[in-house]
Amino acid sequence: MYNQRRDWAPDLKELTSKKRDEFEDILEERRQSSDLRYAMKCYTPVIYKGLSACKPSAIKNSVLQSEQVQYVIKQLSKEMGESADIIQEEATEILDEMGHNLHIGAIRFFAFSLSKIFKRLFQRVCVNEEGIQKLQQAIQEHPVVLLPSHRSYIDFLMLSYLLYTYDLALPVIAAGMDFLGMKIVGELLRRSGAFFMRRSFGGNRLYWAVFAEYVKTMLRNGYAPIEFFLEGTRSRTSKTLTPKFGLLSIVMEPFFKREVFDTYLVPISISYERILEESLYAYELLGVPKPKESTSGLLKARKILSDNFGSIHVYFGQPVSLRTLASGRINRCPYNLVPRHLPQRLSEDIQEFVTDVAYKMELLQIENMVLSPWVLIASVLLQNLPAIDFDVLVEKTLWLKGITQVFGGFFEWPDNLCANKAVTSSLALHTNIVSLVNGQVVLNDMGIEDGATEELIFKQALSILMCGAYRNQLLNVFVRPSLVAVALQMTQSFRKEEIYNCFNFLRNMFSDEFIFFPGIALKDFEEGCFLLTKCDVIQVTPQEILVTEKGNSAASFLAAMFRPFMEGYQIICRYLSKETKETFTEKQFILGIRNFAFQLLETGSTQCYEVLSSDLQKNALAAFVRLNVMKKMKM
Amino acid sequence: RQEILKWNGWGYNDSKFIFNKKGQAEFTGKRYRLSGMVLPILKEWMEKTLGASLEHKITSRTSLNISDVPPSIVNEEFLQDLRATKISYSREAEDRVFRAHGHCLHEILVLREGMFKRIPDIVVWPDCHDDVVKIVELASKHNLCIIPFGGGTSVSSALECPADERRTIVSLDTSQMNRILWIDERNLTAHIEAGIIGQDLERQLGESGYCTGHEPDSMEFSSLGGWVATRASGMKKNIYGNIEDLVVHIKMVTPRGVIEKGCQVPRMSTGPDIHHFIMGSEGTLGVVTEVTIKIRPTPEYQKYGSVVFPNFERGVACLREIAKQRCAPASIRLVDNAQFQFGHALKPQVASIFTSFLDGLKKFYITKFKGFDPNELCVATLLFEGDREKVLQHEKQVYDIAAKFGGLAAGEDNGQRGYMLTFVIAYLRDLGLDYYVIGESFETSVPWDRVIDLCRNVKERIVRECKEKGVQFAPFSTCRVTQTYDAGACVYFYFAFNYRGISDPIHVYEQIETAAREEILANGGSLSHHHGVGKLRKQWMKESISDVGLGMLKSVKAYVDPNNIFGNRNLL
Repeated sequence: MYNQRRDWAPDLKELTSKKRDEFEDILEERRQSSDLRYAMKCYTPVIYKGLSACKPSAIKNSVLQSEQVQYVIKQLSKEMGESADIIQEEATEILDEMGHNLHIGAIRFFAFSLSKIFKRLFQRVCVNEEGIQKLQQAIQEHPVVLLPSHRSYIDFLMLSYLLYTYDLALPVIAAGMDFLGMKIVGELLRRSGAFFMRRSFGGNRLYWAVFAEYVKTMLRNGYAPIEFFLEGTRSRTSKTLTPKFGLLSIVMEPFFKREVFDTYLVPISISYERILEESLYAYELLGVPKPKESTSGLLKARKILSDNFGSIHVYFGQPVSLRTLASGRINRCPYNLVPRHLPQRLSEDIQEFVTDVAYKMELLQIENMVLSPWVLIASVLLQNLPAIDFDVLVEKTLWLKGITQVFGGFFEWPDNLCANKAVTSSLALHTNIVSLVNGQVVLNDMGIEDGATEELIFKQALSILMCGAYRNQLLNVFVRPSLVAVALQMTQSFRKEEIYNCFNFLRNMFSDEFIFFPGIALKDFEEGCFLLTKCDVIQVTPQEILVTEKGNSAASFLAAMFRPFMEGYQIICRYLSKETKETFTEKQFILGIRNFAFQLLETGSTQCYEVLSSDLQKNALAAFVRLNVMKKMKM
Repeated sequence: RQEILKWNGWGYNDSKFIFNKKGQAEFTGKRYRLSGMVLPILKEWMEKTLGASLEHKITSRTSLNISDVPPSIVNEEFLQDLRATKISYSREAEDRVFRAHGHCLHEILVLREGMFKRIPDIVVWPDCHDDVVKIVELASKHNLCIIPFGGGTSVSSALECPADERRTIVSLDTSQMNRILWIDERNLTAHIEAGIIGQDLERQLGESGYCTGHEPDSMEFSSLGGWVATRASGMKKNIYGNIEDLVVHIKMVTPRGVIEKGCQVPRMSTGPDIHHFIMGSEGTLGVVTEVTIKIRPTPEYQKYGSVVFPNFERGVACLREIAKQRCAPASIRLVDNAQFQFGHALKPQVASIFTSFLDGLKKFYITKFKGFDPNELCVATLLFEGDREKVLQHEKQVYDIAAKFGGLAAGEDNGQRGYMLTFVIAYLRDLGLDYYVIGESFETSVPWDRVIDLCRNVKERIVRECKEKGVQFAPFSTCRVTQTYDAGACVYFYFAFNYRGISDPIHVYEQIETAAREEILANGGSLSHHHGVGKLRKQWMKESISDVGLGMLKSVKAYVDPNNIFGNRNLL
């Protein structure tokens, strides 16, 4: 089994040689022709060959009448002694709350207004048209599931907008219930194809049955591509979040049960040169609560309309056939011996398969995520606080670019654009984070020396977290070689085995923090070593690993990129070992560690601002629970 | 009988599809309703559906190349013993090759252009049960391998001789044991020797006013013993039942001795039914020599019928409803759109302008007036049997149900043609082989709720596999539901493809066939409904019946035939 899984896991070594598609800027045409005409254009998307055309209401009806839902209704009615009609009524309400109401009018409204907005916000919106063509093909052949990365609210608007632009079938989108709180907008989203799911409904069998059946019905009918976010929520840190499996297993089920011949999974990578919510995220991470989604909040956000957010790159990955993924992994249909409409727990085999597919898709997202020069600059800058000489910055940025490319990082570095210009324009785009003062590039709020008050620390932390979010984009790609470098540093050893053990420990520790394909630590290690060898940082013999002479600085740079995490976890450990209470809630923990960290920063005994990030704090907590250092109890 | 049958293809020598001098397809001979007719559309259908072309023709060699045939190795002592029994035998190459195969595609291809690695060394023709006992005794004494041979219509590689069999292989041909020994009119049973061929059995019983009603598609050539050994199913099982419902008593000769029950009763509770070890044993335990089978008075009235449905899904839903109400006619079959169009391609030249006008009118009515999509619609063919009044009543009931599913009655003639085609379609493969087209059929049984999914997925899998394996023309991949049961249905697939441009077609073909079977199993279908396992489907036996199940069968084999005299290596 181990070997099977290992072979099945994506081979990242091949990445560097992979050729990727060219991009096309779709805003260019928008800037030249009428938005109104565009919004009213003749829209006739290609459709799934087996499509049985029907209205949203017909879908709802067939969900309610389905054997699956009816079965659960009868079950519940028996158990609770409630009449089936009442439960049926409840199911109808759930469905009405959940269901989308895809309507071409709303689409045209969005097409028009988003054109206006996007043109103001972004310089370019770039799409790989080859990916679009493949998607178009896929949509006709089999049901399609779109799996975009999630960094911003813009993500799903952008995707629908793009699909409309290219005359492709518009997706139905699983959205969080919180949107429904927004007046008008919620309804508008519903009409543009969003359907709403409660954040947690594990215990509610009726809800689960209705929801699952709703999604599956749309998938089986080929009604529309189904879109959801594997990460479950927007990543506030730009690190890819560990996947959620619920929805994925729902959309995979029709194939497992052979109700469809195949299903295409399409990983989509959406990268922003500058994220719309960047400062919002930093506040959130520091514990200033997220503003509730409200229409007036959205209107207030209008002021950002005057700002420049650079380019967006949307890369539609190669559609992945679920059938191909499953071949050799899932040999027999475990559903042969039970009627297919009965709710059934997934077998361990299948659960493992779903997990692996989820990770594979996320790794594919990472692979095709476009990195901007700014990502490099942020990484260099964070290791040279509070300021760095402009020329040195340019030089180091170029150097880091070289390494990143060896590691398989994907750049859209404009042709022949010299590094100088690239850095200058990046700095111009991010003036809220950095400024250029007397030939020095300075992280905002970092230069001020007097008095380490809490308020100042907060301000500095804001800048660092914002900057860190861009560096983090690089970490997704760097994590394997970098952790080898960290292990080398930590063990101070040449012995491969020792280094591997350390690597394995780190990998384990950080598996909530970064995306590792499950169960293949050795392969990851080998990959990390391979990439480091490739850029002459280390030499590997059968027994030993040696850092080369000129590789020293690179090795320490790579290790230093992960220092905030190493240090952050250490600080949290210190805090926990000091903590006297036997049990505490997560909230208490977050508050406690925050105060503790503030103290350390105030006294200057640490420079690790990122330990203030609630994301890091929660991940560390989860890691300690996973590693059996701590225990989670239900109150 | 060997004289009137093809040595390298299906059926009678005189019946085959050819392209005549005008380039039109024609079915020769006089035996079938289609015989002697010109089929003007078939050529175009072959070109369009399969990419076949008349210019690219390969012909089979016309006769067996005797020098290629493996020599017959039989030891002299056995021959002496055999001569003493006065049982007739032969060591002629033609006789041995004729019994070395069934009708799987690869077997026919070997006949056309190669030679089997291993064939029987000697053919024996026992005349009665006692002869069989003697042969089995001799085989045990001399340690020989016996492979029973009935009609030779196997499509599971069951008749293929294991290539590494070192012992002398004796082909035991049951064809001379073909008498009806007695008819018991009070109990409506008949005691019959197992070598009798289906059509002879029905004809002879018919002379006394009876029938068994067991009509597998191969009934022109397959034998009673073969039906028992493979758990055969007949077209009219809805009235008469499958072989396991028809059989009252079986006598089988095994190396341990003769196995049979001590009475002939409709049912008994005496532990597991030993008949069920025999039925489906595929010649691995012994030779079935005599069978007592139920008979029925020949039905007074037969009527064909057909129904057009707007699509396959509606058709299946209708069949399911009919099965639910337990009112299925003697036979009811639903062909998919591709097969419907294929049936159309086999329409003979129309005799008069009037008929062609009528056809046009019908087509107009169905497609234009009723709005059926000609690329979606499908047809169910029906056969009713019984006394006249009841048939008509029954017919109305069925058509009423069909109407609820959008079905339109489409006439007796279409129904009858459908059933006739079943017999003729087997001949078509030989025509295809001449034009680089290879094809095969296979079957399964499946629960009702999975019929649609299974049909769609298996057909799609075939198309996809062909594409992946470099087949240049889309294959002909089609299915029909041929039997209905309370809990599910039997589905029959045909698939054919043009292999021009492929270097190793038979290998590609086998990969596709394997993939199709995998797909069936993954969709909740069975390994086989009535063709059996043979050697072709052995690899899936374990997952079909579990380890323990397989062990049970093996232990029976170990007791009944410890020295593996019946060494065809089928099933286990």
